[in-house]
Amino acid sequence: MSDEVNLNRRQFLTKASAAVAGIAIAPGMLLFDFAHGRPLGEAASNAVRWGMLIDTTQCDSGCNECVTACSKENGWPEAKSSTDVQWIRKVELKQISTGRQSSLPMMCQHCAEPPCVDVCPTAASFKRADGIVLVDKHRCIGCRYCMMACPYKARSFVHEAVIDHDSDMPRGKGTVESCTLCVHRVDKGEAPACVEACAKAGHRAILFGDLNDPNSEIYLRIRSVTTSQLRADLGLNPGISFVGL
Amino acid sequence: MKAFLLILFLLATPAWAGSFAPKLDIGNGGQCVDDPKFMRKNHMKMIVHQRDETVRSGIRGGKYSLAACVNCHASKKDNNVLGDNEHFCQGCHEYAAVKPDCFECHSSKRKVVAEAAK
Amino acid sequence: MQNTFTQSESRYFYALVAFGLLIAAIGLAAAHYMEQHGHVVTGMNQQVVWGMPHVFAIFMIVAASGVLNVAAIGSVFGKIAYKGRAPLAGMLSIAMLAGGLAVLMLDLGRPDRVIVAATNFNPTSVFAWNLPLYSGLFFLVSLYMWALLERRMNGWVKPVGIAVFTWRIILTTGTGLIFAFLVARQAYGSAVLPPMFLVMSFTWGLAVFHVVQSAMYAWNGKTLDPAILHRMKNLLGIFVIGTLYLVAAYHLTNLYFAKQAAFEHFILRDGGLYPVLFWGGYVMFGSLLPLLLIFLPGLGKPKFVVAASLLVILGSFALLYVFIIGGQVFPLSIFPGYEVSSNFGDGQIASYHPSLPEFLLGFGGLAIAFLITIVGVRVIDSLLPHDRVERRHQEAG
Repeated sequence: MSDEVNLNRRQFLTKASAAVAGIAIAPGMLLFDFAHGRPLGEAASNAVRWGMLIDTTQCDSGCNECVTACSKENGWPEAKSSTDVQWIRKVELKQISTGRQSSLPMMCQHCAEPPCVDVCPTAASFKRADGIVLVDKHRCIGCRYCMMACPYKARSFVHEAVIDHDSDMPRGKGTVESCTLCVHRVDKGEAPACVEACAKAGHRAILFGDLNDPNSEIYLRIRSVTTSQLRADLGLNPGISFVGL
Repeated sequence: MKAFLLILFLLATPAWAGSFAPKLDIGNGGQCVDDPKFMRKNHMKMIVHQRDETVRSGIRGGKYSLAACVNCHASKKDNNVLGDNEHFCQGCHEYAAVKPDCFECHSSKRKVVAEAAK
Repeated sequence: MQNTFTQSESRYFYALVAFGLLIAAIGLAAAHYMEQHGHVVTGMNQQVVWGMPHVFAIFMIVAASGVLNVAAIGSVFGKIAYKGRAPLAGMLSIAMLAGGLAVLMLDLGRPDRVIVAATNFNPTSVFAWNLPLYSGLFFLVSLYMWALLERRMNGWVKPVGIAVFTWRIILTTGTGLIFAFLVARQAYGSAVLPPMFLVMSFTWGLAVFHVVQSAMYAWNGKTLDPAILHRMKNLLGIFVIGTLYLVAAYHLTNLYFAKQAAFEHFILRDGGLYPVLFWGGYVMFGSLLPLLLIFLPGLGKPKFVVAASLLVILGSFALLYVFIIGGQVFPLSIFPGYEVSSNFGDGQIASYHPSLPEFLLGFGGLAIAFLITIVGVRVIDSLLPHDRVERRHQEAG
């Protein structure tokens, strides 16, 4: 994490308020909803539902910034082989009927009805009150049933010992893991690392915010443009939606 | 008679063992979150309870945070609670022959060092 | 214990036990190796997460449940010829269940956390239900064995037998549901899987039983009464046909759906190893050839029926490999209507090469089942089936 990101909340709000004025003129959109950091000692609540909107028309095929940022933030080495972990990946798409090409980042969809949670024998895979689907590594026995159940191939199994543990994101051999929506950042009032990296790279393809907050940018945007969810036919109600698919 | 006294002698050794404790590098030292005697006996129970609150309910900043333990108790020499039998966690756990599961996943290093590594 | 064993018999027995212990120990060593280094030492990867150990384990668990059928035909449905076989069936069931579960538990990413699995229960998970279901089966089968072998408890055979029979049907349905609940995978997510697993259990259980029974008869210098052999081989034939029918129903239905066509073509025609294993391994050698050996006139002799049983078992491994591994190597359909690619294997057929530790673990599980069986058979002499045939029915029919 670079220094300019490491703002404390007061500074963030001051700068953000200034930014609002500027952005009100620009045709673009606010990327960070005012993700309110939760006070210490307070539990996550279902009044909030975190989600993302990914604009595939803005996603650059050659860019990998979101993946790099996630791997740095959460302490997983960038993947080189089929046994390596990937919390987020870039997918290149080509529509079969038209030949139209696009690209998008793919991560855990944080479903409201997650199949991974249903099948986990120890309830290690669980959905937090605010919609973030997580693996409780204290309970995970590494059976990989959630990996079989996930429609999105979002989960990875840690095949080898972890060296250089990240103090914010514990992870270990023999357990299953996936995108945590940067829960440690979200709880502090920050946006996930991929969102920030995409904005920094100038693409602004990922919008993060509270789907339940009528004033949030994501709430307004998904009501103003056509969005779709992956495998909507499965009825899982994912927290991630897409534009341009 | 000699055999009996020898057995009695050997049976008494656990009582002596209580007076021996590993010499530990306690890192920052000073006031721990709770009484050391209480912590020695119960730290595992406190951690186990709080980890569910943090992970499953999202309650942060609790008193018995493992990361906070590590940050305080990591050796000032190498910023680690593991390494040799003088390091804070390893010393007692080696002596008591209880393998802590924590550091399979959690960092044993003080956060300052971990952040800089990013 | 009334049996007295000759010295050479004892020596042979101890040699078998030593062999079994060796294979089991090697299996445990392989599991330890996998746990220490992580699953990177296996052939499993992020696409194929259940490998060879699961093929072995699921075979053993399904057969363990199915072998109780032999007992049920006697205790529940009252066929006298099968009543004497019930104790051996019970023993085999416990042995294979133990072996299969050992393999599954040792293949976990964190096998040291089995206690966590036993104490944290998610009621929506079939895996969690498996814990009480399997332990319950151990308990009920032990009760059943007691009722069979203890003369004073013989009156309880029928009620306990019914409980065992019902419980095992629920258990095997659960095994099928493990896969049936995976809605997103084209290979699974089908309601035909629980009945398919149930009929597979009948087939494989009877095949295993027959092989073990024949070995025991040969060891004791006895031959199986031809009338009983006739009954059992016909029953095996019917079960093989039943399994073929359900497998065919599963594939034919799948083929009809346009969205499933690519997957079916992969499994049945284009997938290289998988069609070969399916058509050659399961259909031809695992089903049609055994049917010929069983039903062709002049061929229903004891050695052909044993051969048929062994082929059925080999065919079952082929089928499970295609089902479990083949179902995973085929990519998930996340973006219907799009061609996809990524560095995480999206849109690609994954590759899987089973590794030595996986095979060793699987064989270790078989060795555990083998050990329990031969020690059990040695210790409990009533396990050798006594042939009683309903001669009156035979002459009339």
